[in-house]
This record gives sequence, structure tokens and C-alpha cells, in this order.
Amino acid sequence: MKNSPLAQLLLFRVRIFYREPSAVFWTYGFPILLTVALGIAFRNRPPERIAVAVEEGEAADTIAGVLTRPDYKDTFSVAVIPPEECAERLRIGRAAVVVTARSTEGTFTYQYDPTRPESLHAQLRVDNALQRAAGRTDPVTVEVQEVTRPGSRYIDFLLPGLLGMNLMGSGLWGVGFVAVDLRVRKLLKRFTATPMRRSHFLWSMVGARMLFTLPEMVVILLAGALLFDVPVLGNYLSIFVVVAAGGACFAGLGLLVASRAQRIETVSGLMNLVMLPMWLLSGIFFSTENFPDLVQPLILALPLTHLNNALRTVILEGAPLASQWLPMLVLLAIGGVSFHLAVRLFRWS
Amino acid sequence: MEAAIRCRDVHKRYTQRKRDPVHALRGLDLEVHAGECFGLLGPNGAGKTTAVEILEGLLAPTSGEVEVLGQAWGRGHRALRERLGISLQETRLADKLTALETVELFRSFHHEGRDPAEVLHTVGLSEKRNAWVEHLSGGQRQRLAVGCALVGNPDLLFLDEPTTGLDPQARRGVWDIIRDQRSRGCTIVLTTHYMDEAERLCDRVAVVDLGKVISLGTPKELIDALGGGHVIEFTLENNGADNGFDPDAVARLTGVRAMHPEGAGFALTVEEPHVTLPALLRLLDGSSLALAYLTTRHASLEDVFVSLTGRHLTDEE
Repeated sequence: MKNSPLAQLLLFRVRIFYREPSAVFWTYGFPILLTVALGIAFRNRPPERIAVAVEEGEAADTIAGVLTRPDYKDTFSVAVIPPEECAERLRIGRAAVVVTARSTEGTFTYQYDPTRPESLHAQLRVDNALQRAAGRTDPVTVEVQEVTRPGSRYIDFLLPGLLGMNLMGSGLWGVGFVAVDLRVRKLLKRFTATPMRRSHFLWSMVGARMLFTLPEMVVILLAGALLFDVPVLGNYLSIFVVVAAGGACFAGLGLLVASRAQRIETVSGLMNLVMLPMWLLSGIFFSTENFPDLVQPLILALPLTHLNNALRTVILEGAPLASQWLPMLVLLAIGGVSFHLAVRLFRWS
Repeated sequence: MEAAIRCRDVHKRYTQRKRDPVHALRGLDLEVHAGECFGLLGPNGAGKTTAVEILEGLLAPTSGEVEVLGQAWGRGHRALRERLGISLQETRLADKLTALETVELFRSFHHEGRDPAEVLHTVGLSEKRNAWVEHLSGGQRQRLAVGCALVGNPDLLFLDEPTTGLDPQARRGVWDIIRDQRSRGCTIVLTTHYMDEAERLCDRVAVVDLGKVISLGTPKELIDALGGGHVIEFTLENNGADNGFDPDAVARLTGVRAMHPEGAGFALTVEEPHVTLPALLRLLDGSSLALAYLTTRHASLEDVFVSLTGRHLTDEE
């Protein structure tokens, strides 16, 4: 161990990592802060009340009376206001629907914006309430259950995405930044002046990076479980295998990005360039299905997409590892090809 | 004597984008004997580092032959590297590694070598073994860098400007390590632009200028070749202006081997100061010239360089 160059190089990389507080923070502390911030920002709130504007007139009180019954106190917020103001509120979105009664005999007019889902929804709910109050009976009895469980909330969707994003960021930075820093220090050149095998150095960079992924996974999953009750349905070993494949993929990419750069500024720019499309398109914060079909092939070409998909499937659905062979293969292929290219291109001085 | 290094007619041209190519080495010939401490002395930009890095196998020459410990660079270079110890100019070791960890790392690259703790003792860093590199002084870092070069127990040690930027005490610390290594029978090649360093440490010195060896020999041989072992430096009041000072009259004085301008005054290379100095004073007495400054000293490699090139070692290119 003491005289094994690979072990010593691995130890070297681990030491300069954990003795650098900022590196530890960005790898392990920052993702927790991000999880907390996003978890709070997107926490589940009770559904908002529907804003209804009622035009002042003879029947306004009748309408308002129905919509402000105790049954509806969580459903509607009602304002009885002049017609001009009703129109204004509908226009700017402060009212979802405007109700007018033409006469006491009960002809209601609804004004709403059919292109706004909440407006359409408001019109139906108001209509329902007024029709029932006027004596309509429903022919079928229905029972309604409201379902909001851990596993289907936004934070549950988000957490595996954050894990994937973190694996990408710390993989590229942890390998790319350090490689260029050592080059700038001329330490790489000094290493090549010894009998050290160059492949040993490159492998140690990737190997150390894979070691660092285990605490990353534990920290993020634990933060999710403790703070937001995010369930982990998958087997932890399977999750770690996916995580390690992601770690290997981004370590290889990091090495490739850093293979020629001779300044920290250059490699920083290159890494942001590589990461930008993945931040936007790889489904960290929202589902990739929202993007048009035209963009889908590009999305599938990005390794983070596959990592996020595999992580979500294994963590949230408890899918067996074997079902994720395709994303795993993509990750390892991209990582392997990058590593191979990096070995050929790598500049030692 | 067996040669540790042989190089013949080595040229190195750097091609640079949008700039004229630099011809850093213009036919370098060297032969370093086994067991000697060999100095490459020259000003900044003379090509010393290029020369050393070619010998170290870190740079490929544009043309010429290089043989190190009887081997050319190329296949089997790792076996050759096992026998070399190298300290580059301006390597910044990892800040957050301790001195011992740093030497252990370099030790692991060699099949056989010295005990890291013992190497730290050799370079005088035993007490700092557990200190991070970032907490070491400049001199301590430099000794650590030399320690990393020693840990493979090399037969041939390359030190590129090992004391540049160090204070006098730290420089002596590095010199002690080099002398110790020399007494162990290790061949040493060092580059420097300090003439005192070359004079004190080196068995032989090659004076390098503009990519070529312009003079070679022991420090004593080089100084003797000046024709005199002493230097008289003097400056006149008002620099001798308007007083009819005739430099040629000084150059013709007894025992003057060479004369060249030195600062505001002149430097004379002389064999025997006790003969030339009275003659100089008599000459000045007989005129209206007054001395502003006068000193005598032993000739140094600096004087050798000046007499060869007309420039000082410390002059910027």
C-alpha cells in the first residue's frame, strides 16, 4: 500500500480534496442547501381559492350569498364590484371568472378566458354551485378521495434530479479543475519526470472521484428523507451502482474537458459549456417530456438525462437494476470514450 | 572517466503561434563525467532550462544526439527514470499535503529508493514532517523539492535553479544538501545564474550564452584564463569627465590584462594588485583626476562571463 503508486496517487487525490473546505462544501454541503431551498419553495400548499368577481346589480346578493356559503369557504373568494372593475380584474388575472345575473329570474352570464385552465375550471365550479343552489340534483352518488402522498410530490421528483446534477457538477469540477490546477502548478510535469506510469495518475483521478460519489448519494438521500420524507423504494446497492456509473461517466468527461486547458479560466468556461445543455434539458427540475419532439434526440444524447431517468426509476419506483441496463450502458460508454480520448490528448505540461 | 551525460550538437527551436520561432539551443555540446557536480552557468534566457529539460527527457531536441547514463531517450525510458532525480524550476507542490506525505508519494513512483523519513532528515525537514507544504517557508519548500528528487536514490541528479529566490541562509541549506549528495557519489547537474553558487559547488562549469557553451572548465581554470586572478574596480569624481582622462593610459599600466567599463567606472583584471595598484594611483596623482571609489577583489565567474560576452549574468536580455 505504502509503495503502490496507484494507492499513493489515490490517497493524494483524497487528501487534497478533504483538506480543501470549499471543495467539500460544493460537493456535499451545497446540494443539501439546494434541496432545502427548492423543497421549501415548492412545498405543497393547500389549493388556492377561486377568485370570483360578481357584477353589482339586483341579483348580485343572491349569487354572492350562494358562493359564500360555509360549504364553499375554501373554494371561492367572492368580490361584488362594478362592471368595469370586473372586466379589469379578469384581464389582469385577479379574477378567474366574472358572473353577472341578467334578471332575478335567474339567467347567469359567465365571462371567462378559455385559454386559462384556472379560468375554465372556475367557470365550471361556479356554475356547479349555482345550479345546485337552484335545485339541480345529481343522478349518481359519487365519492371523492384526495390523494397527496410522499412519492408523487414535486420534491420527490426533484431529489433524484439534484443527485444527478450534483454528480455531474462535482464530477466535472472534481476531476477537471484539479487536473488543470496540477498542470498550472507544473506538478504534472514533475510527475512525468519520475518513473510514474501516466495511466496510474489518470486512473487515480477517476477512482478517487468514484469514491467521493458514495457520500454524495448518502448525504442527498438522507437530507431528502429527514427533511422532506422523500421515500427510497429502491435497493441501496442498486442505487449506488447507478450513482457510480454516473460518477465514472462524468469523471471521464471531466478528464476530457481538462485534457488540454492550460489555465483555470479556460477549463471553467469549457465545463460550464458542457454542463449548460444538461442543466436545461436533462430533466433536473422538470420532466423532459415538456420539450418539443424536435429537441428529444438532443435530450437523449445527454448523459445526465440517462442518469436522472435511471435514478428516478430506481429510487422512486424501486425498479431492479437490471431494468436500467440501457441508461447504464450509455453512461459507461460516454465515460469510457471520454477517458480514452483524454488519455490520448492529455497535456502533461 | 565514464560519462554520465553526452550530448552533441543539440538544437532546439520553439515554433510559436504568430511569433518568430525561438532558437533556444544552437548546437549544444556537453560531456558530464560520472560523480562530478557540473554547473550550467548563464543569464536568464541563455537556454539552461531548455538544455536541462532535453537531458531529462522532458523535451525532445529539434536535432542532435543525447545520451544519459549510456542510454538515449525513447523506449525503456522508465528504467532510465528510476536512476534519475529531478527538481524542476518553479514546481509548486500540493499545498495541503504534509512534507512526509509528499515524499512518500514520490517514493511510490520508484521501485527502489530511500526511506522518506530518512530523506526528510537529509534535507533538514524532520521537524516539519507533518506540516502542510503551504506552511513551509520558501527555503523549506525548495529543500522538500530536492528531497522528492533524492527519494529514488538517483545516480544522476538534475537541479534547475535550486536556489533562485532564496535568502542567503536558505541557499546555504540547499548547498549543504548538494555537497552531501555529491559525497555519496551521485552525479549532479545544476543550472544557476549565481556565479558564487557555481564556484562553490561545481567541479566543472559550462558557461552558456545564447544557446551555446561558450566556455568550459573548472571554476579555477575559467578564472585563470582571464589572465589575472584579481580585479581592481575604480570610479572617478565626475566620472573623469572634462579632465582629460585617458582610459588607454590605464590599460597600458603594468600587469593589466583586461579593462572594461563597470557601472560608472572601470574594472581592471590584473595579475598582481600590489604592482598595478600603486601604478594606477601614481597615474592619477599626476593628473587633476580624483578617485570617487576604489576596491580590489578576487576575480569571479562573473568576470569570466563579462569578459566573454561584455554583459553581466544578471543583465536582462
